[in-house]
Amino acid sequence: MRRIKIHCKKSLNDFCKKTILSLVSLLALGQHIHAAEGDDPLRTMFLMDRFEVLNNDENTRVWEGSFYIGYDIDKLYLYSDGEATADGLESSQSELVYSRAIAPFWDAQIGLAYDKNADASKTWASFAIAGLAPYYFETRAALLVNGNGNVGLRLDAEYEALITQKLILTPSLEADFYSKDDASLQIGSGLSNIEAGLRLRYEIKREFAPYVGVTWEKTFGNTRDYTPINETNFLVGVRFWF
Amino acid sequence: MQRRTFVKGVATTSLLGLTSTSLEANSPVKAIDNSHTLKGKEFFLEIGYTKVNLSGDDAVATTVNGQIAGPTLVWQEGDTITLHVTNKLKKSSSIHWHGIILPYQMDGVPGITFDGIDPGTTFTYTFTIKQHGTYWYHSHSGFQEQTGVYGAIVILPKKREPFRYDRDYVVQLSDWSDENPNTIYKKLKVQSDYYNFSQRTVGTFVDEVKKKGFSKAFGDRSMWNRMRMSDRDIADVTGYTYTYLMNGQPSSRQFTALFKKGQKIRLRFINSAAMTFFDVRIPGLKMTVVAADGNHVKPVSVEEFRIGVAETYDVIVEPKSNKAYALFAQSMERSGYVVGSLTPDASKLATAPKMDAKPVLSMVDMGMDMGSMKAKESQGMKCSSAMSMPKKSIKKYKWQAMEDQKYPITPLPMARGVQTTMKAMSPKYRLDDPGAGLRHSKRKVLTYADLKNRYSTKHDKKPDREIVLHLTGNMDRYMWSINGIKYTDSKPLQFHYGERLRITFINDTMMNHPMHLHGLWSDLETGDDNHLLRKHTVIVQPGSKISYRVTVDAKGFWAYHCHMLYHMGGMFRKVVVS
Repeated sequence: MRRIKIHCKKSLNDFCKKTILSLVSLLALGQHIHAAEGDDPLRTMFLMDRFEVLNNDENTRVWEGSFYIGYDIDKLYLYSDGEATADGLESSQSELVYSRAIAPFWDAQIGLAYDKNADASKTWASFAIAGLAPYYFETRAALLVNGNGNVGLRLDAEYEALITQKLILTPSLEADFYSKDDASLQIGSGLSNIEAGLRLRYEIKREFAPYVGVTWEKTFGNTRDYTPINETNFLVGVRFWF
Repeated sequence: MQRRTFVKGVATTSLLGLTSTSLEANSPVKAIDNSHTLKGKEFFLEIGYTKVNLSGDDAVATTVNGQIAGPTLVWQEGDTITLHVTNKLKKSSSIHWHGIILPYQMDGVPGITFDGIDPGTTFTYTFTIKQHGTYWYHSHSGFQEQTGVYGAIVILPKKREPFRYDRDYVVQLSDWSDENPNTIYKKLKVQSDYYNFSQRTVGTFVDEVKKKGFSKAFGDRSMWNRMRMSDRDIADVTGYTYTYLMNGQPSSRQFTALFKKGQKIRLRFINSAAMTFFDVRIPGLKMTVVAADGNHVKPVSVEEFRIGVAETYDVIVEPKSNKAYALFAQSMERSGYVVGSLTPDASKLATAPKMDAKPVLSMVDMGMDMGSMKAKESQGMKCSSAMSMPKKSIKKYKWQAMEDQKYPITPLPMARGVQTTMKAMSPKYRLDDPGAGLRHSKRKVLTYADLKNRYSTKHDKKPDREIVLHLTGNMDRYMWSINGIKYTDSKPLQFHYGERLRITFINDTMMNHPMHLHGLWSDLETGDDNHLLRKHTVIVQPGSKISYRVTVDAKGFWAYHCHMLYHMGGMFRKVVVS
């Protein structure tokens, strides 16, 4: 355990040093990192995977995005997703994690998660595994622990089926579980909610794709007692990255 | 206007003419002049920025003497030559003389053989020419090769060559992108299939079902998908961003080589692309291959050849009729092509034939053979047997003799982990395999098995020892390495001066890797050890194995790497000869 800790610390240290050095040279030279940098230049990616409007009564706006900065092995990730209506933010979930590649297709992540709704907010410690499962399922499983001793598990899976080279159908599934009730966040113990989606996007460019889709969301158990949801919504949106 | 320069180009690209037009091309930022051949013992080259329009849009290239391709340098075997290379770029630069045997200090690899050429300074190279044939030069700094710093080298022989020809043309192939190469590399890092628009779709699945039946088609696809690999992953960077060039000319401004009926024409094909393998043919003409990587081979007549990045082939053709023939080079993954004309009349241009079908990889490209596939199947890994595999290899393994050669193997460090997705389970010598996309061609396609040194190598020393190098990578994360260790984490390879070394490559990836050893020849085993094929760049096919021998006769520090520009950062070793 001790050794692992030391190892993590060292790689985190290396990562910070490398990143700072690269940023300094980026700023100082005002030019793109040269290949002298080697095979592993510092890179960033901002991906707004979902940026959509639902056709429900509130016309709920939904976003789900991520940003990372880093290298082949070490990255710093910021995840954010949430919902808003004309009345303002309904709920959001964000995470800031250090991500390290641990297997050819898998990253282990550790950091903080922050949930917010109109009335309350909560910070969690987050431990996650993210990557590409066999059969090209893009998956992420995050284990969350907060100060009240509540443990959460959030699972995401997504698949991309190419209808043509640019027309892409994406089924997705999300499920959240918690060990305790939390009235302020309106989450109940056990299976809390499931969301299934199907989105059809057209990549005008790789980086820019409008889409249409449908989602079905349902709450379960005590969560259903706080907020009973069982609805199917059509949606339009745009996916973009740079 | 365009036509005038175009005709002028025709007149002077013929090397037998050798009209020197060195002065007129020296002013920067002017229209490209590809007519330019420099001959002699002293050369002045200037690397600078030049405005170009190759794709239809304006862009800035890095060029040698203001042109793409750079001037063709004509040297004489036996001469001692001097080359003054001035760097007018804002960044460090260099020129490497690809395939030339010279003292390592003259090899032009920053960080290994010298410090590079700083902006505003001149580096003077000088060395004696000990060989002849077709070679090329390029920048070995950053991604400057992608943006135009390359040109052809033709070395005239001391003795008359054992074949005749009436005209002589360089046909230098390359790939151009208006995108900054750093951007291309970053895109590959964040989405490795960014440039691949030939992926499997629902539509291609329906086609496969029609062809193979549902269960086979489903089984096939399911297997590839389980492994998170794509059998349509042929090229990392494609015609989506590339404009393919022939002697610096896109298809829209066809490069033109003139002939008179009955003449023999020597064509010196050079692949100076950053990332593109080309399948080359001249519909209606057979090509007699007379040299590979500058060295004479036993003449072999073919209708088509695949030329890997950094390879060269000299062919002789004899056009029998007075028509324009297409010099046709399609990219291996069929995302584009470049066409030029071999014509009796500069106003008669050839039309490009249709591109061939897009290639699909097979289990062979993953380094599995039929035997191991059976074993896999019994373990519950169902692989369809409807794979495109040369029938010969099913019957009998033709290259057993190579497998049976045993020399003391020097163990080398090896690492597997995040950086390695795949391991070739049963890598085989596949010298007679033309590669995905050409396997079922009705045309006679060149393979390494067809190529034999023109001269006997019978008395060459037998190898003293062997090293095995695995070419490794993680395609998904776009990480490349040798033996699972990337260049920056590696120790130099130690070669002993005076030894004869056998090097065996095993390709644990599904991409082709053209491996280039600087400073020393690679004598490739192609089936006849009495006629080892002498090369400077050797393609290691996906999932395959290949061996060559190296006489370690040059002390110093040498670069050893994959010549795919965006693989090179990791798939690279420093070699120390002492």
